[in-house]
Amino acid sequence: MEHAAPPAWVMLAYLISGVFFILALRGLSSPATSQRGNRFGMAGMLIAVVTTLITHEVAALPEILGAIAIGGGIGWVTARKIAMTDMPQLVAAFHSLVGMAAVLVAAAAFLNPEAFGINGADGLINPVSRVEMGLGIAIGAITFSGSVIAFLKLAGKMSGAPILLPLRHVINLGTLAAILGLIAYFTVDQSPWIFWTITALAFLIGFLLIIPIGGADMPVVVSMLNSYSGWAAAAMGFTLHNTAMIITGALVGSSGAILSYIMCKAMNRSFISVIAGGFGAEAAASGGAAKEQRPWKRGSAEDAAYMMQQAESVIIVPGYGMAVAQAQHILREMADVLKKQGVSVKYAIHPVAGRMPGHMNVLLAEAQVPYDEVFELEDINSEFAQTDVAFIIGANDVVNPAAKTDKTSPIYGMPVFDVDKAKTVFFIKRSMGGVGYAGVDNDVFYMDQTMMLLADAKKMCEDIVKALQH
Amino acid sequence: MDFISILSIFVMACFVGYYVVWSVTPALHTPLMAVTNAISSVIIVGALIAAAAGGSPTAKWLGLIAVALASVNIFGGFAVTARMLAMYKKKER
Repeated sequence: MEHAAPPAWVMLAYLISGVFFILALRGLSSPATSQRGNRFGMAGMLIAVVTTLITHEVAALPEILGAIAIGGGIGWVTARKIAMTDMPQLVAAFHSLVGMAAVLVAAAAFLNPEAFGINGADGLINPVSRVEMGLGIAIGAITFSGSVIAFLKLAGKMSGAPILLPLRHVINLGTLAAILGLIAYFTVDQSPWIFWTITALAFLIGFLLIIPIGGADMPVVVSMLNSYSGWAAAAMGFTLHNTAMIITGALVGSSGAILSYIMCKAMNRSFISVIAGGFGAEAAASGGAAKEQRPWKRGSAEDAAYMMQQAESVIIVPGYGMAVAQAQHILREMADVLKKQGVSVKYAIHPVAGRMPGHMNVLLAEAQVPYDEVFELEDINSEFAQTDVAFIIGANDVVNPAAKTDKTSPIYGMPVFDVDKAKTVFFIKRSMGGVGYAGVDNDVFYMDQTMMLLADAKKMCEDIVKALQH
Repeated sequence: MDFISILSIFVMACFVGYYVVWSVTPALHTPLMAVTNAISSVIIVGALIAAAAGGSPTAKWLGLIAVALASVNIFGGFAVTARMLAMYKKKER
């Protein structure tokens, strides 16, 4: 049976659904239009689902509605209950579900090709559809197992440290070559063993690809898996000749790819070097032994309160440590007290701060920081030279001047905040022992104008607020 | 639809995606990931076709599980995006 062309209105409905998804992303160009965009997305999804249900003979409607109710219920409750600091692992978990859904759909299409209209006149599956199906199941399986590992690392259920297997590049490239070779062979022989071997190898390589990648490289990984989930949907869209799936797949695929690119650029690292993994492991191992002792100054909450009250302008640089300490709410309270006393307060966000793109922005928004007080790196960096106080809370590598001066540093070339130009720097850190993710020492600790505030970020902000109110 | 028309739609959509995503403000990159995650669950269309068809009980059950997984994403993805977007406020003045 060849593809019977569906009626024109059906094709039109899927097209509208695809256009609504484009509008959903378009809305995100500004917070003001974003909520309307999200509603376009929901409408697009509703159109796609309803169109599919009324144009197919549905033999099992109660079961389908049951599956939607169970899945939808779980999703809805999770989305309502999840803490904003847990957003990176939630997104990773959601990616794994898209990947698994793609695997299941491709498997169902392989087992029941008539239902999908992909059989040729000879009763075999069309060779083109076999390639699409093979790609769909492979990308879906990589997305699934990769996202499960990313989820475990982000949720702290598995060590964030890179796990390095010997010969890992050879194993990975070999597995990848085997997958591609089998997909090619699948076009001439549609035996089940080929299909299931592709699936198994793809699950394996998703796992192998992500285990060597360390915690702070997760923004790139999460974006990349986001991209893969899109390409998986697109591959299945080709199989089903479905416009909505193809448009969506292309949108999501490009979105994830662009986010990965932005993240890599913000770290001045190539995508290949991030994916190859192991970053920070060697530097941390070698740096431990020969560390010179340099003098640094310790400050107190009272010092910080006093200096900031006297200041005209304060720029706050938050990082992953703020998320770990859940310090965003008390930080905003501190900023409120300062603003009442006539101090100008701004927030500076580095593109790779946190564990996923935009992580810090969401946490600050949750703490009701107005988004027009939050600035991107290139918009605020020139202001540090005229700023009285730079207040660093849970960030480290993104303020390290070695990125500008030290050619041997692993973070050389990464764009960083010029906090060293501010008149006074307060640096909240749990202890002097730890170094940032890149495993390099930070000259900012030892500058004359720096005072180290050694404490838990939340506790320190609470103490500063108390001191400010006295 | 023949393969070339589908491929054309795909290639054009990649370009649209490229320009639309670059216009997204960096402050909204987390909601962007959440919403792209929700819309990529349009794969539910394939899951529904598999679940709806008679013929292969195994394929039907795989389809039903896929419908449930995609539904988690659709409801969860849009709801969490809405929750995040509602938090972004301007300075009240």
